[in-house]
Amino acid sequence: MLIGVLAVQGDVSEHVDALKRVCDRVEVVLVRKRGIIPECDGIVIPGGESTTFCRLLEKESIWDEIVEAVKRGVPVLATCAGLILLSKEVIDSAPGQRTLGVLNVKVRRNAFGRQRESFEAMVNVKDIGEYRGVFIRAPVVEEVENGVDVISKLGDKIVGVRQNNIIGFAFHPELTDDTRIHSLFLDLVRAVEGRMMGSSSPQISNSPSS
Amino acid sequence: MKLEELRYGTELIKRGFAKMQKGGVIMDVTNPEQAEIAESAGAVAVMALHAVPADIRAAGGVARMADPQTILEIMDAVSIPVMAKVRIGHFVEAEILEALGVDMIDESEVLTPADEQFHIDKKRFKVPFVCGARDLGEALRRIDEGAAMIRTKGEAGTGDVKEAVRHMRLIQSAIRELKGKTEEELKLVARKIEAPFELVKETSELGRLPVVNFAAGGIATPADAALMMRLGADGVFVGSGIFKSEQPEKMASAIVEAVNNYENPEALAEISKGLGSPMKGIDARTLSEEEALQSRGW
Repeated sequence: MLIGVLAVQGDVSEHVDALKRVCDRVEVVLVRKRGIIPECDGIVIPGGESTTFCRLLEKESIWDEIVEAVKRGVPVLATCAGLILLSKEVIDSAPGQRTLGVLNVKVRRNAFGRQRESFEAMVNVKDIGEYRGVFIRAPVVEEVENGVDVISKLGDKIVGVRQNNIIGFAFHPELTDDTRIHSLFLDLVRAVEGRMMGSSSPQISNSPSS
Repeated sequence: MKLEELRYGTELIKRGFAKMQKGGVIMDVTNPEQAEIAESAGAVAVMALHAVPADIRAAGGVARMADPQTILEIMDAVSIPVMAKVRIGHFVEAEILEALGVDMIDESEVLTPADEQFHIDKKRFKVPFVCGARDLGEALRRIDEGAAMIRTKGEAGTGDVKEAVRHMRLIQSAIRELKGKTEEELKLVARKIEAPFELVKETSELGRLPVVNFAAGGIATPADAALMMRLGADGVFVGSGIFKSEQPEKMASAIVEAVNNYENPEALAEISKGLGSPMKGIDARTLSEEEALQSRGW
């Protein structure tokens, strides 16, 4: 099982550490250039600055590789800026900021305000329960389309979503010692891998199987 | 902690903000136009100043916190985080910046120190701080006061990277020397470098500083930025290096790309092509003790 952590910028090592804490045998590769994503069984997009991500991803042409992997059904865990990067629409985006557009949600950047308004709060996460959410200049999901499950809320605000094999959170599970979200993600990667191994057809399906 | 009870400005929130900057470039800007250039080049944050360090150095006199009006204009112009500098020990300037909503405060030796005995008690602020350091002891003293990020002091406004290199190497080698030491030995180190034992112990266990460690002070080219990353920096601050260069837009993008490709000489060669003249700079060794900014703070 090979997990690619997008490493153009942001809290990359925190995600790597969280994955290793769940399972020390998991192989993790840092993705800074083209050619690695197609080898990965799962992809993590960390927190950081979404404007910087966009600028560097375009430059390094990793962009279409991620879109293609998502279409094949490769599981993706995205936190904060990662969630913004995947979204179809961003309110309050920086001039010229594009996104991958594979997650059918509308997000608002810096929805709670500036760093002064960043906070910790307990949230509920579907299939996990209470979880300490670390919100840093965090976005929120304002609208979801059909096929997107809301899996976490803070009051009436949507802070976690799932669409097929994409899991996205507005907060940072990688900044706490609680690895349940990374564990859930690795279970999903194993399940998808199992399905692909299990299929007798030598071709890899082009559409997500769920 | 109860469901839906919000806790602001905790250590986790402050240090977490600094972690989001990793692998990024933070650029000094003096007006909204420069801030927009920095944002579109891919900067992770901007540092709002009334003048870049090279101009502060040239102007002499007392350097203070920037005009809140300028800082607010810059905050309005961009969506990335905005940082600003206060004088060492000037907690009222820091309270003003917190009231403005600045995302991170740099208690900086580039400005004229306001207190020759005490740095700011940064733990009582909700907004995170970054502080300069020349060695491990200084870094851990700042962390003890509540700094959420450390940067090398280097020698700001010179465009000469050697002091940043010296400070980064000193910090990294001091951390390496902690490895395998017993508790008694770490206590001895703590006394020698005048840092709290608990932080020395934590650093020894982690094999790195307990907070994010950036490079700053004299970075002027993509190669300088990549050099600092190779020496173990988590990211870089570029002060005068961008807007004192011949082609700021190109230089800004190139330094962002260099930090992303710091281990790839072929890519760095491509990135470094045709950028025009970098800032002229001053050899940091020609500065007198009084002219050196790095000796401010302790």
